[in-house]
Amino acid sequence: MSEVIDASHDHHDHHGPAAGLARWLFTTNHKDIGTLYLWFAFLMLLIGGTMALIIRAELFQPGLQFVAPEFFNQMTTNHGLIMVFGAIMPAFVGLANWLVPMMVGAPDMALPRMNNLSFWILPFAFGMLISTLFMEAGGPNFGWTFYAPLSTTYAPETVTFFIFGVHMMGASSIMGSINIIATILNMRAPGMTLMKMPLFVWTWLITAYLLLAVMPVLAGAVTMMLFDIHFGTSFFNAAGGGDPVMFQHIFWFFGHPEVYIMILPAFGIVSAIIPTFARKPLFGYDSMVYATASIAFLSFIVWAHHMFTVGMPLAGQLFFMYSTMLIAIPTGVKVFNWVATMWQGSMTFETPMLFAIAFVVLFTIGGFSGLMLAITPVDYQYHDTYFVVAHFHYVLVPGALFSIIAAVYYWLPKWCGRMYDEKLGKLHFWLSFIGVNVTFFPQHFSGLAGMPRRIPDYALQFADFNMISSCGAFIFGFSQLLLMYIVIKAIRSGQPATDRVWEGAHGLEWTLPSPAPYHSFTEPPKITDADAHS
Amino acid sequence: MLHVVSAVDRARGINRIYLMQGAWKVKVKNNWLKPVAAMAAALSVTGLGADELNMRQGVTDISRSVYDLHMLIFWICVVIGVVVFGLIFWSVIHHRKSAGAVPAQFHESTKLEIAWTLVPTLILIAMAWPATKVLVSMYDTGGEDMTVEVRGYQWKWQYKYLDDDFNRTFGFFSTMATPQNEIQNQAAKGEHYLLEVDKPLRIPTNRKVRFLITSEDVIHAWWVPDFGIKRDAIPGMVNELWTIVEEPGVYRGQCTELCGKDHGFMPIVVEAMPEAEYDAWYVEQLEAEEIRKEALSKVFTPEELMAEGEAVYGTFCASCHMPNGKGVPPVFPALDGSAIAIGPREDHLDIIVNGKQGTAMQAFGRQLDAAQIAAVTHYERHAWSNNVGDETQPRDVIEYMAGQE
Repeated sequence: MSEVIDASHDHHDHHGPAAGLARWLFTTNHKDIGTLYLWFAFLMLLIGGTMALIIRAELFQPGLQFVAPEFFNQMTTNHGLIMVFGAIMPAFVGLANWLVPMMVGAPDMALPRMNNLSFWILPFAFGMLISTLFMEAGGPNFGWTFYAPLSTTYAPETVTFFIFGVHMMGASSIMGSINIIATILNMRAPGMTLMKMPLFVWTWLITAYLLLAVMPVLAGAVTMMLFDIHFGTSFFNAAGGGDPVMFQHIFWFFGHPEVYIMILPAFGIVSAIIPTFARKPLFGYDSMVYATASIAFLSFIVWAHHMFTVGMPLAGQLFFMYSTMLIAIPTGVKVFNWVATMWQGSMTFETPMLFAIAFVVLFTIGGFSGLMLAITPVDYQYHDTYFVVAHFHYVLVPGALFSIIAAVYYWLPKWCGRMYDEKLGKLHFWLSFIGVNVTFFPQHFSGLAGMPRRIPDYALQFADFNMISSCGAFIFGFSQLLLMYIVIKAIRSGQPATDRVWEGAHGLEWTLPSPAPYHSFTEPPKITDADAHS
Repeated sequence: MLHVVSAVDRARGINRIYLMQGAWKVKVKNNWLKPVAAMAAALSVTGLGADELNMRQGVTDISRSVYDLHMLIFWICVVIGVVVFGLIFWSVIHHRKSAGAVPAQFHESTKLEIAWTLVPTLILIAMAWPATKVLVSMYDTGGEDMTVEVRGYQWKWQYKYLDDDFNRTFGFFSTMATPQNEIQNQAAKGEHYLLEVDKPLRIPTNRKVRFLITSEDVIHAWWVPDFGIKRDAIPGMVNELWTIVEEPGVYRGQCTELCGKDHGFMPIVVEAMPEAEYDAWYVEQLEAEEIRKEALSKVFTPEELMAEGEAVYGTFCASCHMPNGKGVPPVFPALDGSAIAIGPREDHLDIIVNGKQGTAMQAFGRQLDAAQIAAVTHYERHAWSNNVGDETQPRDVIEYMAGQE
């Protein structure tokens, strides 16, 4: 055994991946694991997207056409769960795996074996969740927010699989975040001080702490559900002295930080891409770090704004209204900083930049509707209508998802050493941009006109906007297949990329060759000002 | 033309949007042209009444102040948006490399950072002030003229008119009236598709009505957009709402909290009546209540039981067990030929009266009176292919329920 270790040690610089399937099953390499996470997230995006298209097909016209209401509820529930826990979060973890070690000048993640485990839990967790759809009682049908008692006393029997699945996803996230924190705090190259780290590293450090803080809360919530269902407790059962509203408090104490878990890394990505293509340093780096930290802090004290209609006392409503409004301040600072970065730059508009600019504009629109939703008395009219659906899709699709797509285009040449097809990339951008707005902008109107969310059929005055929305959804959904084609084409036959790739790129990852070697920075790099945060 | 329709409609005090929808239907016959036409309409805001694109102003002081607040925040956002997006587009057009722009190298300014922290803070305070005022007025639930208990069930609403004098109270269920063949696209959809009920909640105009909102099973939410009020109906809790409606009219809303299979099919219809008319209706209801109580001691013919039973079944049972008794197995079992429906009557009454723990089967002993339970039991035992040949009378149910205690 020791001979083997010695042998591999001698050839460390040339040591490459194992052959075949074993490479992916047993890998402890951060790049391999990052790749696994990203492909897994893409697969989940397609599955969750298919569910979205089933929903939109049913809502194309009033009346029931394709699916029964019980199945419709399973689609909305699983679409939400898969997109949140299966697509967006694993994609960000995949990006962290690929990029954090290269950005801080480390050879790999701090805890490589745990890294392998935290990925390989996921296919089993989602396999179990999705398998319930094929069981006799049907899959989870109580919304991704799974409010009790609909998810306990009144749930289908398969809810136990759902609970186990959520536990596994939580375990994976907790291990992933411990790994990221350990890597960032311990493995930075000499001279890479905290305030020299790229913002993507900063935002992920803060995100990882959010995950550590709230994933156990989610685990607690589903465990209480498990006990209510199988062991005769009454945490959420009013008839037994429990409180259904307590479930919502616990869920949203997890849920609101969760929302920022899905957007903070996006801020980091956009803060890397805009300076590169504006050829100008990021404006207000320090204030960006402080704003991220402020948003993370605020995320813990605003949760009940999701519950303005449960009947809280006036003082509670006012507290959560004011605290929620405060979020607009650090978020505004970020947007202003991005605008100031572009101002008087020398901009070019390659695909990553197009997605990043669209992110700034469309995420801000989602921010505006968020501010409107924060105003409690008006929220009564918006609550649980399509206005809310429009709001959170604006921050999650052209927000989080666009940032992930931008990141893939931006770093892909570094990952595989080949350029993507710029023309096709731009086509993909415009199709996505048009599709996303045609899908979600009309939902503001149907929401304001009074259409509740999570309904399989609707009154006639909502028909026009739903039809437009469904058309947009199919444009958006199918254009993501183009993304797959572009990525595969780049990997197989793209033009060779230079090491720097982009004229204006700064940061340690661009000092490595393209494609990045299997083991990077076995010797700690020297940090120059140019390589510090861009 | 649309404006004329909405003006007439406004005068009538009923919801305008439906009629506008009707106008659409006439103008654009071809379904496949509709998205194009709708898109064009959405883009030319001037061609439409504001109602289809915006929150409705509603008919109460509260709903109007909510609307004003909504518009205030909206316009503030629009102004900020115009400034921010304007700067981005200016920059995109003028500061591009292809236009020969040379990058500046500035990257921080403490003054700017302070400015764009402080200015938004002031704007937020300007928003919070009126918002707080409206919210405080919404919480003023005291001084009511009457109280209605609103109770959510899967998937219907129950309204109970409460009064200190027990003999002046009564209640009823309000269930969606849209027929299944409209939902299944076998018949043309009516004007109030999915927003119509068999028995609307009736309230008087100009009186302060307090609503006590609660639920029997899962969480529902009671919302009437035109009143500007919405509150969750939560099992084991009672929430309060209030309204004063000045204009008589029919106001429609929907359940707005996911509550299971038929969440999309439990509308809310409130009819605001002139005070005198309402008082007369109230007296009628009290008389009907007397007749209902008398029915409990009557003996019905099998035909009467079948007729009443079919009506009860349609309202309370058919959404799960289906009108043809076939159910939606395995979640909602069939009654046609089921061991319980053709077995001993004790067991049949037990499941209707007490429900079944851990399933969606509710305890209808708390929702229906003995005459209704007797009729629906008889119906289920003799409908479809079931033919037990017994008779279930109200007194049988009363005896069964007394025997349980």
